[in-house]
Amino acid sequence: MAEEVLLFGVWGSPFSRRVEMALKLKGIQYKYFEEDLTNKSPTLLKYNPIHKKIPVLVHNGKPIAESQVILEYIDETWKGYPIFPKDPYERANARFWAKFIDEKCLPGIFNACWGEEKQHENAVKEACELLKHLENEIGEKKYFGGEAIGFLDIVANFIGFWLGIFEEASGTKLLTREEFPKLSNWVGVFVSSSGIKENLPPARDKLIAYFRSQFGTGSTDATK
Amino acid sequence: MAEENKVILHGFWPSPFVKRVELALKIKGIPYDYVEEDLPNKSSLLLEYNPVYKKVPVLVHNGKPIAESIVILEYIDETWKNGPSLLPEDPYKRAEVRFWASFLQQQLLQRAILVVKSDGEAQEKAIEELFEKLKLLEERIMNIFPEGTASINQENMGLLDIVLISCFGYYKVLEEVLGFKVMDPEKTPLVFSWLTTLLEIPVVKEAIPSHEKEVLFIKYVRQNALNPTAV
Repeated sequence: MAEEVLLFGVWGSPFSRRVEMALKLKGIQYKYFEEDLTNKSPTLLKYNPIHKKIPVLVHNGKPIAESQVILEYIDETWKGYPIFPKDPYERANARFWAKFIDEKCLPGIFNACWGEEKQHENAVKEACELLKHLENEIGEKKYFGGEAIGFLDIVANFIGFWLGIFEEASGTKLLTREEFPKLSNWVGVFVSSSGIKENLPPARDKLIAYFRSQFGTGSTDATK
Repeated sequence: MAEENKVILHGFWPSPFVKRVELALKIKGIPYDYVEEDLPNKSSLLLEYNPVYKKVPVLVHNGKPIAESIVILEYIDETWKNGPSLLPEDPYKRAEVRFWASFLQQQLLQRAILVVKSDGEAQEKAIEELFEKLKLLEERIMNIFPEGTASINQENMGLLDIVLISCFGYYKVLEEVLGFKVMDPEKTPLVFSWLTTLLEIPVVKEAIPSHEKEVLFIKYVRQNALNPTAV
């Protein structure tokens, strides 16, 4: 049976792009379907009836949802470029930080950019504390994965690219070079790495405009 | 590679997250030392081992700490290859387990905790959502367990079973404290029978704390949430 890999995604979503990054690093051929989130296709709803969200990977007719679950599946199914480290302790470490990014950093950063104005200062402080943990974790490494891009770098794509978009869209700056020199370095290396740079969303202005239209122009909007 | 396999678990007896790790270690037959943490007064070791969250459980293996219960479970499965596997071999089945473990955790347990910690309209909303999500699980059980759940035992139980027990193993305690059925055999018969099969397994029975002790604890959690003391 010929192999069939489908990906349902959205061009501007970090979760969707994570899966594309992994597929491309592994050299896997796939067919991509762009979803309209205001009008989800019946196919998407069939493949992800529980959450009705993207991304969904469909491999030979069998669907997998949740970007981190998909990344694990991709690494276990296709050999070639290793996304996860081999050592169980390093794998646990990568999973720990990946969870931290999705469960703590994303909401924390979102809150700092688009939360209530009167909580703004606190929200910024908290978001910076979260980023500090990542600053310590990257340390002197080139990538979170060491010498090459790995699972945690892919999950941290949000920090690598979308954080900058959020900052521009909302007017709240979080990742300064002064406070986060190592993480800033990683961002620079990440977005210019082969395998990643071709897979970042094009049309930066369009993306910024999209987030502004969804979430407003930011918590620092008090004077407008 | 069994020369030095020092395993220490830092825990807190009522924590469902700690329970997961305890069950995994027991199912795999891994000897370990247990350190009961006093949560208002956390040990400096715990703070050193888990500086990001400062929470239990933390598993320390040969001096190296791992935090976050499901991360720990995967680590245990990858490190100790003898004994039952916590995850299936097949990548697609593994993806299913991970997906549903996340669902049990994010959609069910978080809402159950909210039901305990709230009242009035907020509680009603949380209850409605909890039952909505339980229904989704009920509808999918035959996909997750095509052979059914009646033959799950100590030798073949896995990560998803462990997570379910940690979320709802104490459902009778919840029902006593809240005053309504959480695990209703009429509303969600398949989930109910999966849970009750698991609760019959000896290693699970031994791991569940006493009903009375749990009732007191959940009552205390509820009271604290509804009437927080000092600011």
